[in-house]
Amino acid sequence: MPFGLLKYGLLKRYPAQHHFTPECELKSHYDVVIVGAGGHGAAIAYYLAKEHGITNVAVLDKGYLGGGNTARNTAVIRSNYLTEEGVNFYKASVDLYEGLSNELGYNILYENRGQLTLAHSDAAVRSMRWRAEVNQHLGVKSELVDPQTIKELVPLLNVESNTRFPILAGLWHADGGTARHDAVVWGYMKGACERGVELHQLTEVTGFDIQHNKVNKVHTSRGAISCGCVVQAVAGMSSVVAKMAGLKLPIHAFPLQAMVTQPYKPLMTPHVSSPHVHVYIHQTSRGEFVIGGGSDPYALYNTRATLEMKETLASSITELFPFLAQAKMLRQWAGITDMTPDYSPIMGKCEIENYYLDAGWGTWGFKATPISGKTMAELVATKKTPSLIKPFALQRFYDFQQVNEAGATAASH
Amino acid sequence: MKTLNCPLNGRRNITEFVYGGEYHMRPDANNASSTEWAEYVFFDRNPAGEVIEWWFHSPSAYWFLAKRNTVTDEVLATFAFDELAQHVEGDHHV
Repeated sequence: MPFGLLKYGLLKRYPAQHHFTPECELKSHYDVVIVGAGGHGAAIAYYLAKEHGITNVAVLDKGYLGGGNTARNTAVIRSNYLTEEGVNFYKASVDLYEGLSNELGYNILYENRGQLTLAHSDAAVRSMRWRAEVNQHLGVKSELVDPQTIKELVPLLNVESNTRFPILAGLWHADGGTARHDAVVWGYMKGACERGVELHQLTEVTGFDIQHNKVNKVHTSRGAISCGCVVQAVAGMSSVVAKMAGLKLPIHAFPLQAMVTQPYKPLMTPHVSSPHVHVYIHQTSRGEFVIGGGSDPYALYNTRATLEMKETLASSITELFPFLAQAKMLRQWAGITDMTPDYSPIMGKCEIENYYLDAGWGTWGFKATPISGKTMAELVATKKTPSLIKPFALQRFYDFQQVNEAGATAASH
Repeated sequence: MKTLNCPLNGRRNITEFVYGGEYHMRPDANNASSTEWAEYVFFDRNPAGEVIEWWFHSPSAYWFLAKRNTVTDEVLATFAFDELAQHVEGDHHV
């Protein structure tokens, strides 16, 4: 080894910089215990520490940081939803994403790509007109575009009229974007750990001690800890963890399968999705085409692959992009989506006084990471529900006040 | 899961079936509170384990029940609604 390098290794002036908490014992008490070290858990910890000065916080995960559905989503960022509540919430998230690399001092590879949703039926065109109006009213860039414009935005897309489902129009969402999903959770967790938050990986929560409607102890695979409050942020396992706290949720867990092709030169800038043929696609910055679709046809806690879903994705995507018939599939995977009846999340308080829910993230969790971190942290710190997430309380199902976003998914599920 | 054993038609390809969600016991229509109705309509046990659920054999328009493990994707039994009592243990009625 060149001697010139050795000094960097030996001098104290160049210490190793740890991103995260080095392995250590659990303390006996934390003011806040966050269950789940995914994007949401990390973001909640970050904003608790940075904006509210609450740093006696443990983030626990049975696996490793960002190893669950944070690593399994297809990294779509957009805010072109249908309801006022939904649009305002996701718009705030997109706004935070735009400045997040600077905020964290960590490059999350955010790119403003634009997102195009295709309509193959009159009903879909009507619903897009509606979404465009709602979006524009609330300051989100959305417009209805004709096939000619679609061809200009995405030259590779087959807009011929002799297809099985000809494209009639599209909803063009110029605010749409993408980011590196791993970097989002790493950046948030690094920022949290620098401020004193502890990350404990391979630490599974096995139960809660609840007395007089208050959690006072969290049992883990590494012993019990007392806590001021608990936040559950475990997308994909929400019902299972909530059950340990005696809570029942309006959630049904389905796998969602995705795959990527071999890398190509840069060919396509925006995300393209077709709810009608159940498929969505974008090209990553390293050239692979990421292809995702609807959730599996039945509930399951298992991320196995099925040939049927891969065939459906392949057949749908080659209708839209015939050149992909040549593509080789590089890898495939699945995540578990916690689907709620109205396709909106469940956030906020529940019947246990100091137990906070960040659940029901279905297929919309990644894009909401920054804003759910920020609003959940505010809720934990002030015990007052921020107005942005009031509509998403668990109580809405008992009050029959759902926030219906079923019409605004990128692929129907 | 490639096939499912329909109690009426025997073992058929999975593509002939439609998933109908968890079985929930219907509340008493005359006396149920709105909370009970909300839970019946919207909430699920959603367990990582055994569950009793509805399936529909589409070509014969026949609804039946299955007991399935949602982690291993193993179907433990399929049966007609009339036989439900024999397959329910503990807290399956939610």
